[in-house]
Amino acid sequence: MVKFDADSIVPLYQQVADELTRAISAGVYRAGDQVPSTTEISREYQLNPATVLKGMNILVGNGLLEKRRGLGMFVTTGAPAQLHRELKQEFFAKQLPELVRAAQELGISRQELIDALMNQEQS
Amino acid sequence: MSGIKVEHVSKHFGKKQVLRDVSLEIEPERIYALLGRNGVGKSTLLALINNRLIPNSGVISLDGENAFDNEQVQNRIYLMSDANYFPGDRRVEWVFKITGELFGGFDKHTAARMVQHFGVDTRAKVRSLSTGQKTIMKLICALAVPADYVLLDEPVLGLDAANREMFYDEILQEYGNRPRTFVIATHLIEEIAQMVDHVFVIGHGVVQVDADTEPLLNTARILTGSIQAVDAATQRLTVLKHKDMGNMRTVIAANVPADFAAPSDVEVSGVDLQTLFIALTGREGDQHE
Repeated sequence: MVKFDADSIVPLYQQVADELTRAISAGVYRAGDQVPSTTEISREYQLNPATVLKGMNILVGNGLLEKRRGLGMFVTTGAPAQLHRELKQEFFAKQLPELVRAAQELGISRQELIDALMNQEQS
Repeated sequence: MSGIKVEHVSKHFGKKQVLRDVSLEIEPERIYALLGRNGVGKSTLLALINNRLIPNSGVISLDGENAFDNEQVQNRIYLMSDANYFPGDRRVEWVFKITGELFGGFDKHTAARMVQHFGVDTRAKVRSLSTGQKTIMKLICALAVPADYVLLDEPVLGLDAANREMFYDEILQEYGNRPRTFVIATHLIEEIAQMVDHVFVIGHGVVQVDADTEPLLNTARILTGSIQAVDAATQRLTVLKHKDMGNMRTVIAANVPADFAAPSDVEVSGVDLQTLFIALTGREGDQHE
């Protein structure tokens, strides 16, 4: 994980949630793996334990993490697939339209874009 | 309500009024920052809570019981401060033993771990310790006693950066082992900013800020742009501070609503606690000292 940014507009608990999500998505923690405890994360980054817990609970709410009483937090079985699905949706819903808009602003025609995409694929 | 409740407390020393009317609540199992410019009475407030000073008026209670002259209540509160009560010819190990006897317990595990981490010589005499070593000795006492409310008045005095980092780590580890309340009065704000749940700022004898860290920071923003653009954007906001450079204006605003949308010619960013603290305590009326 990276250092948490104190003067970001993104609240710290959200940064914790984002970093954990990224770590699961990158395969640092796989389905069924235990993630570090609230105390471990709070010590490592010197973050308030309640902030860390709030961040982790976002993932519990999303179904990416599950609490096992007395044991800790674990990555759910479906988490990697779910994240992959979400990232794919996000690509089509956000990144692709952004790319198309950027191309339009530069006067790149649809055909030029498609050609470039095809060449990209071959390389 | 459970926790420490400070109600309308005032304290003066002779003619000098230090605390005018202070009310605040300290809840169980939370980590607090107690901030304020030099000489605003942070130490006085902590000493009042711990019964080392007597308020001129007002009430301090713990779990609804008056804390004044109440040994049972005071046994649950531990204050670590600059003051040194230990005789110089005694050894560190004696200090640990006597602290345990006075405060009804001493976590040997915690103490042994910290002694090892900080490299403390428990056979050394108190008078032979440097400022930093004395601080470490007192911190070990503060974390090893079974108190539920640990008040730390400038706890990192004389500690170098590596030792400070180690100390913050110890606090979080101890919190994980046995959650309890820590109140940290410090001027090294940035070092503890991400660790604390809640922030108190004392100024002019009263509590100026009493807020959870996260909403406090999430509703404060820095806006940068041309003077005209920033002024237009901040019309409905509480501006704490502004700074101009040519036609460029930078503003720190508080109470910014979550749905606040800045015009495209104004850049918005978050504020760190240190910057916000300076903006909050640097307002008019600070010239009296």
